[in-house]
Amino acid sequence: MLLLLAPRFLPRFQVYLTGLILTTGLLAVSLNLVLGLGGMYQFHHAVFYGIGAYTVALVITKTVLSPWIGFLLAPVVSALFSLVIGLICVRLSKLYFGMLQISLGSLVWAVVFRWYSFTGGDDGIHGISVPDIISSTDGAYYFSLILTSICLIVMQRIVNSPFGRSFQAVRDNPVRSEAVGINVKRVQLTGMVISGAFAGIAGSMFVVIEGSVFPELMFWTLSLEIIIMCLLGGWFTFLGPMLGAAIIVLLRTVVGIYTEYWTMVLGFVLMLLILFLPQGVLGYFLESCKRGGGKAVREEK
Amino acid sequence: MLLVENLQKSFDGFMAVSDARLEVEKGEVIAVIGPNGAGKTTLFNLITGQLKADGGKILFKGENIAGLSPYLICRKGIGRSFQVVNIFSRLTVFENVRVAVMSCNKRTFSLFSKAKETSVYETGEILKSLGLTEKADRISGSLSHGDQKVLEMAIALGNRPELLILDEPTAGMSPEETRDTLELMKLLSRERGITILFCEHDMELVFSIANRIMVMQHGRTIIQGEPDVVRNDTRVQEAYLGEADEGS
Repeated sequence: MLLLLAPRFLPRFQVYLTGLILTTGLLAVSLNLVLGLGGMYQFHHAVFYGIGAYTVALVITKTVLSPWIGFLLAPVVSALFSLVIGLICVRLSKLYFGMLQISLGSLVWAVVFRWYSFTGGDDGIHGISVPDIISSTDGAYYFSLILTSICLIVMQRIVNSPFGRSFQAVRDNPVRSEAVGINVKRVQLTGMVISGAFAGIAGSMFVVIEGSVFPELMFWTLSLEIIIMCLLGGWFTFLGPMLGAAIIVLLRTVVGIYTEYWTMVLGFVLMLLILFLPQGVLGYFLESCKRGGGKAVREEK
Repeated sequence: MLLVENLQKSFDGFMAVSDARLEVEKGEVIAVIGPNGAGKTTLFNLITGQLKADGGKILFKGENIAGLSPYLICRKGIGRSFQVVNIFSRLTVFENVRVAVMSCNKRTFSLFSKAKETSVYETGEILKSLGLTEKADRISGSLSHGDQKVLEMAIALGNRPELLILDEPTAGMSPEETRDTLELMKLLSRERGITILFCEHDMELVFSIANRIMVMQHGRTIIQGEPDVVRNDTRVQEAYLGEADEGS
């Protein structure tokens, strides 16, 4: 409700910032589908985000197709890349899976970084004209708000579906999952494709908010940042990563005003997190609520 | 129903199973016994696909299943429990069993239906028959060891197996729990017609329920036969007594 009215009373920059938080948050929640729910070390999630963004940018600038087709294509293309990278990686487990994914993802990044005639190389593509209705700050904000809400509802649904439960089972005990007839690799691959598609949607939202794309969108440091968001917010909770994204984006913006070494502050925050809130921020609050609730029940008895 | 011939498996040159033979008819309760390290668990892991055999045949309903992935073998109708508790320890008891039931009902890849409304009745029935109903909402990792072993069986039953393989179902159980498990196995065999293959160290239990017994030593099948035949077989006595001599 508050989010719906935000553009009414917030200054333009803060509306833009909220939109960016939603976008990054959606990206983090999509990563958490595989990381938290599926227990897979998805180390290079940003690739699928970048691919979504570039798909929209390229459809708008290089083709005569309607921009909306770009938005429809973004999750599809991201899912396809997910499928290909997934097919190669999923046969490995744990860390090896993550390492191979980083190298394949970096390959995609390198191509985008170098292919000047098609992707604009390291400059990226700027001044992308999105449809009028979403080109204003408010329009972009509402676009991202609506899209994020829909995606969150769908993802929540997937988490609570039979597939979501089976994915959790695979995370907890792959050996036993196979023994009860679950095709573990296929579950993991499906999870990756779904997660990649949502990252692609987040990527398309980024284009609307920023009006430009650049190779940093799929650089591995961004992947690391999203993982930190998941850990920070609480990777065993559904909305935790969203909160983590908000904290990181705000921290970068606020601290970034005073010093360019904002990552130092981030490092400090991370250290505190690992020492005091290993469950993540949201995880911690939920836990203490539960404990508080449990205590109340006991007292009643 | 199940026929194992000349099965072999070695780990780094050590022959864990060198010549295993086993025959299971539909509706039977078959026990596999043998001293520690005889290769019983390896044999079970070979049958259900956790390990790949180096040689030999495993026929299930006339079809060679050696080398298939565990999930495919499970779908053919072989369910199993594990010797060391192997459950989804962060999920509730109910979810543990439901995962198996959903997989059996081919619902694993349903993305948009609600898990809460899926396979509830069947899962409830299984929990009821094993006396776990009251613990359905507990996180399975917090159960007592005995209850976790029962949950092991409940998960295996979630796949509606025709052949149920139990790897030391009563290991670490109290005498009462062991008795309950024995009753349960009899019930499954008699009332649901499930064929059971199990291994066990508790000889009293073995001789009170098994139709036939297969004895393994050093990775080889010594004999498979009726309990009385096995009891009086000199090679079996030697295997156990010899083992006892070495132990003392």
